[in-house]
Amino acid sequence: MTFSMDAFAAAIDLAAVLLLALGIKGLSKVSSARGANALAALAMGLAVVGLLIEIRPDPIAWLWIAAGSAAGGLAGLATARRVPMTAMPETVALFNGCGGMASLLVAMGVALFDTGEADIVALVSIAVSVFVGAITFSGSIVAMAKLQGWLDTPGWTQSRLRHGVNISLAVLCLVSAVLLPGDPSGLPLWLLMGGSTLLGIGVTLPIGGADMPVVISLLNSYSGVAAAAAGFVVGSQLLIVAGAMVGAAGLILTQVMCTAMNRSLVSVLFGGALGASAGAVGGGGSEAGYTRITSCSAEECAMALEQAERVVFVPGYGLAVAQAQHSLRELAKLLEGHGVEVSYAIHPVAGRMPGHMNVLLAEADVPYEQLLEMDLVNPEFPRTDVVIVLGANDVVNPQAKNDPTSPLYGMPVLEVDQARQVFVVKRSLGAGYAGINNALFEMPQTAMVFGDAKAVLNGLLSELRSMGVGKTKVAA
Amino acid sequence: MSLLTQSLWVLLLGSLLGLELIGKVPPTLHTPLMSGANAISGITVLASLTLIQQAGDNTALLVIGALSLGFALYNVIGGFLVTDRMLAMFRRKGDSR
Repeated sequence: MTFSMDAFAAAIDLAAVLLLALGIKGLSKVSSARGANALAALAMGLAVVGLLIEIRPDPIAWLWIAAGSAAGGLAGLATARRVPMTAMPETVALFNGCGGMASLLVAMGVALFDTGEADIVALVSIAVSVFVGAITFSGSIVAMAKLQGWLDTPGWTQSRLRHGVNISLAVLCLVSAVLLPGDPSGLPLWLLMGGSTLLGIGVTLPIGGADMPVVISLLNSYSGVAAAAAGFVVGSQLLIVAGAMVGAAGLILTQVMCTAMNRSLVSVLFGGALGASAGAVGGGGSEAGYTRITSCSAEECAMALEQAERVVFVPGYGLAVAQAQHSLRELAKLLEGHGVEVSYAIHPVAGRMPGHMNVLLAEADVPYEQLLEMDLVNPEFPRTDVVIVLGANDVVNPQAKNDPTSPLYGMPVLEVDQARQVFVVKRSLGAGYAGINNALFEMPQTAMVFGDAKAVLNGLLSELRSMGVGKTKVAA
Repeated sequence: MSLLTQSLWVLLLGSLLGLELIGKVPPTLHTPLMSGANAISGITVLASLTLIQQAGDNTALLVIGALSLGFALYNVIGGFLVTDRMLAMFRRKGDSR
């Protein structure tokens, strides 16, 4: 009986690993992604059931399991339901930090209350688990706070001194880890925990908000490593394989993010904030830098739209901030009804993290085929009548192509300057993340429409409606 | 084969599998994939459960275990649900709600 139950549990474990792998694989295709996510969740459930069959918790353990599950589960449910799509980057950071905290707590628990054979393998695993868990936790929380706007990038963190501080912290962690086996529950453990926590903060704090997605992705990979280390601590093969899988997949994902943002991992981690360094080098970026700005009213813009045959929208961070996705979708629908060909040009880093703008527009019911990636849409701009840039700046700056002295030079951009007419909707002439002027704004075919993206879009809607667009279906 | 050797093999093969699994990801999926992978890293629930079981009647350890289980499950449940919420919104032209 016992044997068959154990064999049953082992079979469940194997099935869980298989489903988890299939889940991760399926998540990288649009058609299978939702099912794959459910599959991964199922795998996780199976793994838990398999483990419970294997360890057969006693009644007291059940009580604590129930308490922990209820608290974490309900909180997770509430957060997942309530969080707005615009807040996705910080939400992922928060979840990830909690995963790191869990690994940290497991390792601390085992270290403080030696639950069995504390051999050298267990102690090394504990050290790794505490180290990676603490870094994941503190780093993710800093990332979340920065994305929420609770924390800035303090100027002093940009000095080279930070590398010295971080290296000292890393050395402190290493020494504590080496001393840990001599005194598993004493000072080294606390030093290791404190040092790793500070190191997580010290490494994350100097990184600018624009690079945060890469950091979160990397920390996500760490939390997989932390889980695998926790697997060594408690002797669970399933945990080791799943943790290793997520750790490695997270690393690839981090690389994908870096490529999408045209940044190298090394420059993200050690290069400091992008805006801060560009400001120091270029020195540009004030409003006074512009001399030939043409601004226009919503009415003029609406007239251009009414005449156009092909319109491309370029949504950016400002659109998300103004919560104007739905107004944009409405305007697009109105124009489509008028016979205008409408599409959206999505820069890989549009929004607040790679792929974020796609989620935000999906929320506003925009079919994903209308979202054109940069490589697909760039050849289309020369035959586009009107481009409307909404809250994007650096990703449409032609200097990235033409001006070798620009800090943006080499970054792939949307070539909207090739279009016949460009309207840039913007609150003010403030600079983008990179803190530099945008040559697009001064081009002859460009006109600025100043205002909040949502207000401007609603203005365009009412102008177009008063022109009679949308009342009768025009067969162009 | 000792448990350690076996565990190291598992670690190695798991890592290789993870490297292979994510190939070319369309930009549309970057955000959901990250949040989904994040949910899976909450697999630490398994360690938390084991810790609670091993705690016996050590109340402090039970508390640490339950706390860790809470944090891990917050990651898992929140992560999977929020990923599902995002993916549910992706639709083709003409798809009905």
